[in-house]
Amino acid sequence: MTAAPPTRSAAARLLPMIAGRIASSLLTLFLVSVVIFVASSLLPGDAAQELLGQSATPAQIAALRHEMGLDQPGPVRFVHWLGALLHGDPGVSFVANMPVSDIIANRLPNSLLLAAITALISIVLALTIGIASAINRGGRIDSALNIATLSLVAIPEFLIATLAVLAFSVKLLWLPSISLVTPETGWAETLRALALPVLSLTCVVVAQMARMTRAAVADQLDRPYVEMARLKGVPFGRIVLFHVMPNAIGPVINAMALSLSYLMGGALVVETIFNYPGLASLMVNAVTSRDMPLLQSCAMIFCATYLALMLVADIVAILANPRLRA
Amino acid sequence: MSGALAMRVRNMRLSGRIGLALVLFWLVLAVGGPALAPHPVGAFIDQEVFSGPGRTFWLGSDYLGRDVLSRVLWGSRYTVFLALGAALLAVLGGTSLALFSAIRGGWTDEILARAMDTLNSMPSKIFALVLVAAFGSSLTLLLLIAAFIYIPGNYRIARALAINLVAMDFVQVARARGEGAFHIARYEVLPNMIHPLLADTGLRFVFVVLLLSGLSFLGLGVQPPYADLGSLVRENISGLPMAAPAIIVPALAIASLTVGANLLIDALKPGGKA
Amino acid sequence: MTVELAPPPATGPSDASAAAVEVRGLSITVAQPDGTRRAIVENISFAVPRGEVLALIGESGSGKTTIALALMGFSRFGATIAADCLRVGDMDIAAMGQSALRGVRGSRIAYIAQSAAAAFNPSRTILSQVIEPLLVHGLAGREEARARAVALFRSLALPSPETIGDRYPHQVSGGQLQRLMAAMALITGPELVILDEPTTALDVTTQVEVLRAFKAAIAESGATAVYVSHDLAVVTQVSEHIVVLQNGRMVEQGDSARILTAPQSEYTRTLLAAARPAIRPTADAALDKVLTVDSIHAGYGRIVRGMPATPILADVGFTVRRGSTLGVIGESGSGKSTLARVIAGLLPAASGEVLLEGQPLPRAMAQRSREQLRRIQLVFQNADTALNPAQTVRDIIARPLAFYHGLKGAAAHARVDELLDLIRLPRALADRRSTELSGGQKQRVNLARALAAEPDVLLCDEVTSALDTVVGAAILDLIDELRRELGIATVFISHDISTVRAFCDEILVLYAGRAVERCPKAAFDGHSHHPYTRLLIDSVPDMDPTWLATRAAAAGPALAVSAIAPELCRFLPRCPVAIGGLCDSNPPPLHVDDGRAILCHRAGGPGDASR
Repeated sequence: MTAAPPTRSAAARLLPMIAGRIASSLLTLFLVSVVIFVASSLLPGDAAQELLGQSATPAQIAALRHEMGLDQPGPVRFVHWLGALLHGDPGVSFVANMPVSDIIANRLPNSLLLAAITALISIVLALTIGIASAINRGGRIDSALNIATLSLVAIPEFLIATLAVLAFSVKLLWLPSISLVTPETGWAETLRALALPVLSLTCVVVAQMARMTRAAVADQLDRPYVEMARLKGVPFGRIVLFHVMPNAIGPVINAMALSLSYLMGGALVVETIFNYPGLASLMVNAVTSRDMPLLQSCAMIFCATYLALMLVADIVAILANPRLRA
Repeated sequence: MSGALAMRVRNMRLSGRIGLALVLFWLVLAVGGPALAPHPVGAFIDQEVFSGPGRTFWLGSDYLGRDVLSRVLWGSRYTVFLALGAALLAVLGGTSLALFSAIRGGWTDEILARAMDTLNSMPSKIFALVLVAAFGSSLTLLLLIAAFIYIPGNYRIARALAINLVAMDFVQVARARGEGAFHIARYEVLPNMIHPLLADTGLRFVFVVLLLSGLSFLGLGVQPPYADLGSLVRENISGLPMAAPAIIVPALAIASLTVGANLLIDALKPGGKA
Repeated sequence: MTVELAPPPATGPSDASAAAVEVRGLSITVAQPDGTRRAIVENISFAVPRGEVLALIGESGSGKTTIALALMGFSRFGATIAADCLRVGDMDIAAMGQSALRGVRGSRIAYIAQSAAAAFNPSRTILSQVIEPLLVHGLAGREEARARAVALFRSLALPSPETIGDRYPHQVSGGQLQRLMAAMALITGPELVILDEPTTALDVTTQVEVLRAFKAAIAESGATAVYVSHDLAVVTQVSEHIVVLQNGRMVEQGDSARILTAPQSEYTRTLLAAARPAIRPTADAALDKVLTVDSIHAGYGRIVRGMPATPILADVGFTVRRGSTLGVIGESGSGKSTLARVIAGLLPAASGEVLLEGQPLPRAMAQRSREQLRRIQLVFQNADTALNPAQTVRDIIARPLAFYHGLKGAAAHARVDELLDLIRLPRALADRRSTELSGGQKQRVNLARALAAEPDVLLCDEVTSALDTVVGAAILDLIDELRRELGIATVFISHDISTVRAFCDEILVLYAGRAVERCPKAAFDGHSHHPYTRLLIDSVPDMDPTWLATRAAAAGPALAVSAIAPELCRFLPRCPVAIGGLCDSNPPPLHVDDGRAILCHRAGGPGDASR
């Protein structure tokens, strides 16, 4: 890519645009928090009643309602909740009776580790598959990869995970089918424990990512400037590298970010199957036990991560676009 | 019309025809499956649990000694019809809102688009968990939740299509003639979106199948006494070490349905190679 | 492959073996879905002597670009090239493999595409793309390549040749980009340059300068050239030889002068006739005023004190009488389409009035009655997008019948048939979808839909610009005839001054949203004009090979002006005859006489506006 040194005026034009994107993401995140709060706190009925059970007297319920702040109007409760959340205090778990922040602090690093390894492998694989398909458009490799990725995106995570367990744990006895990791677990052991979850998640993510990468690159290959480059006698490899990629980078990054959000859905199933102590399996437990404070926090973390991914992709696209940059 | 359809099938590539066959197969089973089931769905009839395929029980028995074939035949009904209903509802809702949005424009469009963007920025399974925790998971609720979750995605696609169409000169002509919003939506815009909308309905169907079986697999979807294919995988998870058909068959059943649908949609895409 | 087997047809130049380019029996085929092959180009033979220019002329679908690309051994969509002889210099193009061809493309044979805006990579600087042919073919180092590029920029009369290459394609104008692409093609000193409609995407006033620059640069480089175009007048200026193509076959070929003066085939004669539209007689005057537009201001964004945030039109007014035609002319961005939208009410004017038979219309469409809407009909430029692809021709034409006249069933059916007769389309087409029609047929249906409303005013927005010349000419004839027969007042919007001149009773010239001149056709010739009108008239090439050479290079602006105040003449930055101390300080006066109006300081005064 020919990168002209960014001038002051370019920065002056880009910064407001990027600030606008950030503000818009924050607004969306705020609206998401409204949705989550309304869905999980206001609609489901009376948490005090539920905690105390059928035998509680009206007086006991009223006292607990007061203690929990449930007797206040919805918007007030929302402001309190959001305020506390912003101060790093998402409340106390109904079930475990300990601060939600402590529970999450235990689990979050595990999920991040799983996501990071999966993302790294997926991006490398998907870029290779996507670009290989795009430059072989209509050829055998492209058709074969098309059918493969098309099928893979439609296969439920639990099928991939169970088949992986059958193959590698039950038949071959290579890898553990349960991925217990604690802070004491050594590196080698952790990697072994992570192997099957990462394999399953990668399958889920890579197919989607490769398809979107292919679409982004193929779209650029159809542009007249590619034909012009061929008519200038530019070798095909150089066309892909120096003509197509600088234009495809924005859409490709966007595709990566969108596909990584599939990680979260996949993690719910995969963490549960392998008993992996991550955030997703924590959230599943929160739903099963109707532990609303814990559920809200998990949901907020997932949604914020998604928005952050999209924001990064947007900013990269802005920075990569010469019409905006130069 | 049927001639054109037959032409399309004949011209379709092999993967598309396989997809069509798989989808038709599951549609037929979903309708007629329970009638074909050799045993009552809840009957404990095998002395053994997790038995392999045999002459009496073609696909073996499950963790309680029930006939797997019968349970899969019944389960496919819930999987297929819940997903079909939710996908159709999602497309109906999303497309109606999109048409309204695109034709009214201005503030209506901005507010709706922002609201849909918000819902869209919640990963679907995460959102589904929140809603299930809030409302529960009866069959009706699952149908509505799945439909609701996939409305924003359809809205986004339909709005993009509709906005392009609304900007076309023929819609300007209709506006300049003095036509009302309903005429424009129904006669000028909608007929030109049908093909991509059908493809999107198919995609939503696949998404809902995966979402609901995922939920059921986590124990948060279809609840006993009902069981969809995802529930069957969950309840027989202890059969995994012995590779029991009770767990493999329903999981493969879901995959064959969704993969089939995906192959079919891809083959019907305009510009898809013959 | 031998000369004996395929006797060369009569070619222009006598000695074909000395030719720089020789093509004999060229056919290009594409595979059909049923496995057979269809020829898109068949049995083409021509030769171009060294250093001369040959033009491939034809309408869309004639195969002219396909043939030109075949000279580089390149075909689109997997088409197959076969020829008895396909020779450029000493290279047998037909026999060369892909890697040999790659070595030749961009070095010995270069290509200039129709749209430089699309052909330049938006993400890379112009210079890096211009010097790329030198680098990939190993013909020069980066420093030398840069020096060569700058020299070419200079000889192509590009502004700031030292630094223009550091910009990105979107940072320069269309005309400049087209010249930059010429630099990219010429930088390796190719033997053959292929120019594919290189000026078609440009405004007519820009086209002349680009054409002049191309001609000079090619002559200087000594290259042989093949020039692809649909425009005979343009081709006349640059080429020594012409090959006329129709539907992938050669119709006629010969020296340019001979083709222009003594065309042998009927098709060439049709092309020539369409390129020189005959002047229609003026409609009978002194009839009632149907449409009056009174000092319209319009634009986009919030309206503050009668002025929109982004003004497009300022103080535009005119009247159109029953059965007569007003031509509105201007370059892209002049506001001519906005004017049509304002009259139709699609874009409410910020101030000013539209009157129908003296009755003021509400500005916004939503406030107009159905009857008022019926009486003004808009025909859009592009029939491809103006007709709903999901509807049949009958659906499309029947809708206004039902909507405005309540016609349904058999009555509507009969009326649709009548309308099809009126626009001369076979009734059998009524049940086809619009996507199955040709471009000309679509535009007729587009017209029929407007006529179905039985309007008093017809607004035609560039209705022929998307059509081939011959097809467009037939549509013009039809509109001309119908407005006389049906007594419709027509506003005809176009960028093409020769069409407007031939076809309209009165001409309104828009420049940057202002009406700079209004003139009845009768008074158009032999009178003074606004300097912008003069520039437009002078920019249209004549069918005369000496036109480009004799036409004086456009004088630069008489005054160096940077930003101008909104009330001053908008044309000032480009005006070659501006008067210092007057044009740059006072708003231009409106000079009216003899039914003509000119917005210019020079009009009527000493030193007439025209030259």
